[in-house]
Amino acid sequence: MFKYVIRRLLYAMLTVLGVVTIVFILQRTTGDPIAVLLPADVPLEEQARFRAILGLDQPLHIQYVKFLMGMVRGDLGYSYRQGAPALTLVLERVPPTLKLAAAGMAIAIAIGLPAGVLAAVNRGTALDRLVMSSALVGQAMPVYWTGILLILLLSVRLRWLPAIGYGGVKSLIMPALAVGSYSAARIARMTRSSMLDVLRMDYVRTARSKGLNNRSVVVGHALRNALIPIVTVLGMEFGSLMGGSVIVETVFAWPGVGRLAVNAIMGRDYPVVQAVVIVVSAIFVLINLGVDLTYGLLDPRISIANSRKR
Amino acid sequence: MASWIRALASRTAESASGETAPRLDLSGAVGVLMIAVVIIAAILAPIAAPHDPNAQDLMGRLKPPGWQSPFGGGRFLLGTDQLGRDVLSRIIYGSRISLFVGIVSVAITAAIGTMLGLVAGYYRGVAESIVMRCVDLVMSLPFMLLALAVIGITGPGIRNLVLVVVLTRWARYTRVIYGQTLSYSEREFVEAARVIGSSSPRILFQHLLPNLLPSTIVLATLDLGFVIVLESGLSFLGLGVPPTVPTWGTMLSDGRAYLNTAWWMGTFPGMAIMITVLGFNLLGDWIRDRMDPTLRV
Repeated sequence: MFKYVIRRLLYAMLTVLGVVTIVFILQRTTGDPIAVLLPADVPLEEQARFRAILGLDQPLHIQYVKFLMGMVRGDLGYSYRQGAPALTLVLERVPPTLKLAAAGMAIAIAIGLPAGVLAAVNRGTALDRLVMSSALVGQAMPVYWTGILLILLLSVRLRWLPAIGYGGVKSLIMPALAVGSYSAARIARMTRSSMLDVLRMDYVRTARSKGLNNRSVVVGHALRNALIPIVTVLGMEFGSLMGGSVIVETVFAWPGVGRLAVNAIMGRDYPVVQAVVIVVSAIFVLINLGVDLTYGLLDPRISIANSRKR
Repeated sequence: MASWIRALASRTAESASGETAPRLDLSGAVGVLMIAVVIIAAILAPIAAPHDPNAQDLMGRLKPPGWQSPFGGGRFLLGTDQLGRDVLSRIIYGSRISLFVGIVSVAITAAIGTMLGLVAGYYRGVAESIVMRCVDLVMSLPFMLLALAVIGITGPGIRNLVLVVVLTRWARYTRVIYGQTLSYSEREFVEAARVIGSSSPRILFQHLLPNLLPSTIVLATLDLGFVIVLESGLSFLGLGVPPTVPTWGTMLSDGRAYLNTAWWMGTFPGMAIMITVLGFNLLGDWIRDRMDPTLRV
């Protein structure tokens, strides 16, 4: 088990290193930051001086090593636009994004799981068809459009919630609903098929023939086992939730990493773009690592130590 | 080419003899219908669009949809935007960008991903480890973030949109095709081809590829909807195509600024995206269930 954790940790670090390398290569091979930072009429000597300050005059491999050394020290460069350390700027924006993604996940589970169970238990009925059609439509709606529709309905028409802004539970409801709706649809579809598989099992029949009521068979026996594949996918779902947050943040003027990234891209603020990519991929890799490690806890049949020997 | 069609047909026949719900056929047909409408609109845009999509009329700005306006109703069926441009015409022209970016980029991605999977699964060795490590890397990252990173570095534009899709989506094809190539490589027909002295390229393209194409087609169809959402999302953020070109994403972005006064601007372009994506998803599900139910996730 210990060896497995170490292996997975190393692998997670390698993944982040891969991301860093890709970002570095893409960035140094396309476009010249000097052209963006300085007006076109700046004399060449001045441009060269600026290049030296930023370390852009050195060979690529030296730049790469310096870049990695800086990263180890937690130095991801300074924002070209705001003059502050890029890492600090990004870390300030992480909590709102995580908050949004977590709330979206909570909503997705709260809607998707019961909907999927209901559809599976009432297979072939009108309820099943309603749930599955809604899930299909939900998966076809871009999250930012869902956000716009929510604003139109809940703010413009009904005037229940503030259209944009950050702070308090009220401002969180609509963005979280928008982000969560897509995942809710996926979770509903997955739960339904997973439940249908489990409901066919012998032990479910046994439980029924013992005379247990439907509720305890469904919740106590079937759902518990149907959850295993669902939980695994939730880790991946969190990634798509964070991706969705990036766009939804722009709709609701939510001060998260996504908006920071979009503004940085617009302003060609490369160090910030780079820091966003590195920080978010690190978070994502860590979350998936966590999911992998807890997987064995959920299902005693899956022992990580055993699976490694196979 | 005929051989892969045969492979496809025999698979279809196989699964058709099994249990197929009639509802599936209905949803597949609905999907086809939705996509057909969008494709026809895109091709016939100059005829189908009632107005010039870029014709501005500042006197007629923010006109509500035809059925809502008491006077002159019907001239602008879905209303006009902040510059007096006809929303319906812009949606019709916008379908061109979405379909173009979707189809071109998915075709390139599918081709590259399939080839890499084929090579990795057939030759094994170094090619396998390099390709599959890269697959793991790409698949272990949030896809939207990768897209933002690529656009952030290369800048907006249609060409870069295609690049984003290729760089972020190829691994899905490679992973599936790699697995299938591994299992097909051990089958008798590949053995036999090798024994009679067929060259590796011949085995790859004449024997393996025809068997793998159905999977690629299924993955590509299901991917189209996803890519269209991505394209519109990046355009919405102002990171897609130039703002002068009418696209569904930029229309929604304009609409966001006028939610209080012009609900139609933020509603109809999204509906167009939803219908297109739903169409491709329904079609993809249907093809998958007919051709290769094992791809179901």
